[in-house]
Amino acid sequence: MRTYLTLFLTFMRIGGLTFGGGYSMLPMMQRELVENHGWTTESELADYYAISQCTPGVIAINTATFIGYKVAGVFGGIFATLGVAFPSLVIITIIAAFLQNFADLAVVQHAFAGIRVCVCVLIFQAVRKLWKNTVVSTSTAIIFGVVFILSAAFSISPIILVTLAGISGVIIKTVQNKEVK
Amino acid sequence: MILLRLFFEFFKVGLFSVGGGLATLPFLYNISDKTGWFTHADVTNLIAISESTPGPIGVNAATYVGFLTDGLIGAIVATLGIIAPAIIVILIISRVLDKFQKSTLVQNVFYGLRPASTALIASAGVLVVKNAFFLISATGVSIQIPHLILGVILLILVNKINLHPALYILIAAVVGIIFKL
Repeated sequence: MRTYLTLFLTFMRIGGLTFGGGYSMLPMMQRELVENHGWTTESELADYYAISQCTPGVIAINTATFIGYKVAGVFGGIFATLGVAFPSLVIITIIAAFLQNFADLAVVQHAFAGIRVCVCVLIFQAVRKLWKNTVVSTSTAIIFGVVFILSAAFSISPIILVTLAGISGVIIKTVQNKEVK
Repeated sequence: MILLRLFFEFFKVGLFSVGGGLATLPFLYNISDKTGWFTHADVTNLIAISESTPGPIGVNAATYVGFLTDGLIGAIVATLGIIAPAIIVILIISRVLDKFQKSTLVQNVFYGLRPASTALIASAGVLVVKNAFFLISATGVSIQIPHLILGVILLILVNKINLHPALYILIAAVVGIIFKL
């Protein structure tokens, strides 16, 4: 029971402190899940993000379910997921009920101009950490480069890119093993 | 009865929108056309609010629209609807992964997936940079110097002192309000 509560509260913190969707959640997850709790590793987080891109649903929710399940089984998955959604439920309900023009307030706009800058810096740091753990060879560096260009410059769907990257992984490893033999 | 339909409609959104919160938008417009529960203007308002509040965009969207449709209970039902498919799908994938984690094939797939995942996050970061540092107007695109200065200072801070990411977000929000960014 204690584990479920810890999962719920940890993911509630992550949900309540993340601005701008699944990607900006990464720095928060690295801090809370990898550094503070040791529930997962940087490379596993990369796995979960990759799978979450190609499965239905919100990325943040999918990642929460993955980690909750890993820590404490099916109910762990459910508690973590409810935790990450809970702050949105509370905050958005209050705004929808009382503050329809919330986003137009000058003070909110100024605060978010600052927050957007901060989110950039945090994502940059998060990518650097992830890079160290996932780009480990020339072949992985090539995969990074190709996927980055196709996604950033040509907006190719993540589903296609992730599928191709998975197939490349298998081909590269098979060829390498043959060479060793 | 409307609650059941609300749950079902958002269950469908959760099931069919692949790749994160913004992918839910076309589905929301579709629900609006079909049911008249909320207007297209509500959806636009929702995007603004979602970008100015914490939490995953998909969940924020469900809560907001659910509240407009049927108050607090509507908000809860729509939110549960959008997260339910993700929980089911990810729990199944987690189970399968548990079984095959040791297999060389799965290991090789992940070898290719991990750098791709990092690249996709980096590519999403590019979009965030565009929104944070550049002002796009009728006359053209200009870089916003004060935002850039804040970014550089934050980057130095993040590298020098390892505080919780949320603290940097708070600092950035306060700076944004004080300097009217």
